[in-house]
Amino acid sequence: MAERDVVDTVLGFARTLRHAGVPASPDRVQAMLAALGHLDVLRPSAVYWAGRLTLCAGPDDLDRYDAAFLGWFSGRRPRPAPAAAQVQPRLAVSAPLDAGTGEGDEDPDAPDLAARASADEVLRHRDVAGLTDAEKAHLRRLFALMVPAAPMRPARRRRPAVHGSVHPARTVRRALRDGGEVSRLVHRRARPRPRRVVLLVDVSGSMTPYADALLRFAHAAVRARPASTEVFTIGTRLTRVTRELRLRDPDRALAAGGQAIPDWSGGTRLGEVLKAFLDRWGQRGTARGAVVVVCSDGWERGDAALLAEQMARLKRLAHTVVWVNPHKGRMGYEPLTGGMQAALPSVDHFVAGHSMAAFEELSGVIARA
Amino acid sequence: MSERTVPGTPDELAAALEGTGYLADEGLATAAHLALAMHRPLFLEGEAGVGKTALAQALAQITGRPLYRLQCYEGLEASQALYDWDFGRQLLHLRAAEAAHAADDPARLEASLYDRRFLLARPLLQALEDAPSVLLVDEVDRADDEFEAFLLEILSDFTISIPELGTVRAEVPPLVVLTSNRTREVHDALKRRCLYHWLAHPDFDREVAILRRRLPQVTEQLARQVARATATLRTLDLLKPPGVAEAMDWATALHTLGARDLDPDLAARTLGAVLKYREDTERVRSLAPEALLGG
Repeated sequence: MAERDVVDTVLGFARTLRHAGVPASPDRVQAMLAALGHLDVLRPSAVYWAGRLTLCAGPDDLDRYDAAFLGWFSGRRPRPAPAAAQVQPRLAVSAPLDAGTGEGDEDPDAPDLAARASADEVLRHRDVAGLTDAEKAHLRRLFALMVPAAPMRPARRRRPAVHGSVHPARTVRRALRDGGEVSRLVHRRARPRPRRVVLLVDVSGSMTPYADALLRFAHAAVRARPASTEVFTIGTRLTRVTRELRLRDPDRALAAGGQAIPDWSGGTRLGEVLKAFLDRWGQRGTARGAVVVVCSDGWERGDAALLAEQMARLKRLAHTVVWVNPHKGRMGYEPLTGGMQAALPSVDHFVAGHSMAAFEELSGVIARA
Repeated sequence: MSERTVPGTPDELAAALEGTGYLADEGLATAAHLALAMHRPLFLEGEAGVGKTALAQALAQITGRPLYRLQCYEGLEASQALYDWDFGRQLLHLRAAEAAHAADDPARLEASLYDRRFLLARPLLQALEDAPSVLLVDEVDRADDEFEAFLLEILSDFTISIPELGTVRAEVPPLVVLTSNRTREVHDALKRRCLYHWLAHPDFDREVAILRRRLPQVTEQLARQVARATATLRTLDLLKPPGVAEAMDWATALHTLGARDLDPDLAARTLGAVLKYREDTERVRSLAPEALLGG
C-alpha cells in the first residue's frame, strides 16, 4: 500500500466513524497514522488496534468503532448504529423550537413593567402542563435566567487562608525570605467544594408534559456547575445527556439532548433503569456522596420490588436522595402508585415539580442538601 | 538497573511480558508497544482487578527501567506529586551559615538555599530525572480536576519547571501508564494525549493460563474450576463482578485449605475471597451448587 493510500483510507474511515458518533478529532486521526507507522499495516488486526487505541475515548465508543471498522474495511456498508437510527424528528417534543411569539423588549405594545412582573408571578405558580405556547415561550426565558445554587461539601484540598491551621511550607518559605526568622504564621484551611448533583429525568409517556421543563431545569443546573452536575434520562433505558446539555444555548442543548434520547415518550421501567444507572455509573462514584434527584411520577411498569431494592441501594450510596413528582403539586395528591410507594422509604426529600415556583423550591432543596 | 533492548513488535513484547508472568492479549500488547514506540502515555480503563497496575510493573521489569508510582487521591497536591523543598534542612543550613558568619553575602546565601540537595523529588519529578523510567499514575479518576489539569501540562512535554532551580527535562520521555476505574469521567483533553485501552475480563483459557502462571502451586483441575466458576459469577449481574485478582485470591484461599478441586462446601466457605457484598454472597449461596461449579 502506498503511503498516500493509507492516509486516504484512514481519513475515510475517520469520517465513517464520526458519522457513527465517535468524535474522532483530527489530532486523534494523526495519532492513528503515527501508530500505523510503528506497526505492520498489512495486518488487519494491527490496523484495528491502531485505530481503537487512538480514536476511541471510552467504553461507549468501542461498539460503534467495531461496527464502523467492519463496515469500512470489509467493504460493506456499515449498518446505521441503533442510536443513529432512532434520531427521528422528535425535536418538536424535546425542544419546541418555535420562534418567539413577538412579545419582547422590542415590542411597541409591551405592557408596563409592573404588569409584566405580576404576570410573571402568576406564571411562576401555574402548572406547566396547562400552559399555552406563548406562556411556555415566556417561561423558557425565565428558565434561561435561573442559576441553581450548588450544594457544598467539605474538601480535602487546603488552600491558603487568613484563619485555619498553620501552613508549615508557606510559613517556613516566608521565614527564609526574612533571614530564617519566623515573623508571621501563614495559615491554610479547607474550602468547601461543590457537591456533585445527579439528575435522573423520567422522559416516559406519562411525564411528557413536564419533561421539557425538567430538562430546562437540568440545563440550568449543568450550565451553573458544568463540572459537578450529571444528567441522565430514564424511561425504558438509561441515556447520559450531560455532554449535550453543556451547550450554552438552552434550545440547542435541548435539541441535542432530544436527539440523544432514544426512548422518548415510551414506557417506564424505573427499577431496571435505576439498576443500570447504579451498575454503570452510580456505584463507581457518580452517585457516591452526591445529591441524586429523581424526577418521575413513579408510574412503574416493571416490578416495584426491584425499584424498592434499587432505591435502597441508591440511598446507601448517595448523600441525599430527592424525588420530584410533578403530580405532588396537585390538590389532594397521595403517593399511591406502586412505584412511588416502593421508592418513598428511601427518599429524603419529596417535592413537587410542576411550576416555575416549584422548581425554585427544588433548587433550594438541592442547595441546602 | 540497566535498560534492556525494547522488543520491536507487539508479538515480541507479548512474549517478553509472558516471561514476567503477565499474559497480554494482542490489543494490550499493541497498546504497550505503541506507548513505547510513540512516547505516548497509555490510558488504561477497566473493571477493578483486571491487571491494570500489574501491567505497569511487568513493563518496568521487561524494559529494566525503574518504576515510579503515584497513587492518586482527592486533594493530591503538587508538593506530594512533583517536588517539595526540604524546609527543615534549609533552615538548618541558614543557621549554620549564620554561625559561620557566612551570611555576609545575602545573594550567595540565598542561592545556596535553593540547591538541588534541598529538593525532595516526588514521583513525577523522580520519573523525569531518572529517565528512562516507567511512571504509573494509578487511579487518576480519584484525583480532582485541578490535579488533572496539572498532569496534562507535564504529560504534554515531559518537563517540570522549578522557579528557583530551572527546568527539569526528561532525556528520554518516561513510559507513562495511567489507570482509571471510571469512578469519574476523566477530562477529554487528558485522554486525547494518550492511547486509550479498555481492559476487559480475560476469556476462560487466558484466565486458566494466568492462574496457572501466577500460582504454580495450584492444581490444573482447581485452576480450571475456579476460572469457570468466576466466569459464571461474572454473568450473574452481581453488584461487584469478580476480577482476575479475586479469582487468584480465591484459588490461593482454596489451595491454603488444601483443596485439590472445588467442591460446593469449600466454595461456600471461601466465597468471601471473591464476593465483597453481602447481597452478592446471599444471591450465590441461594443458587444450586451445580450452577456455579458447572455440574
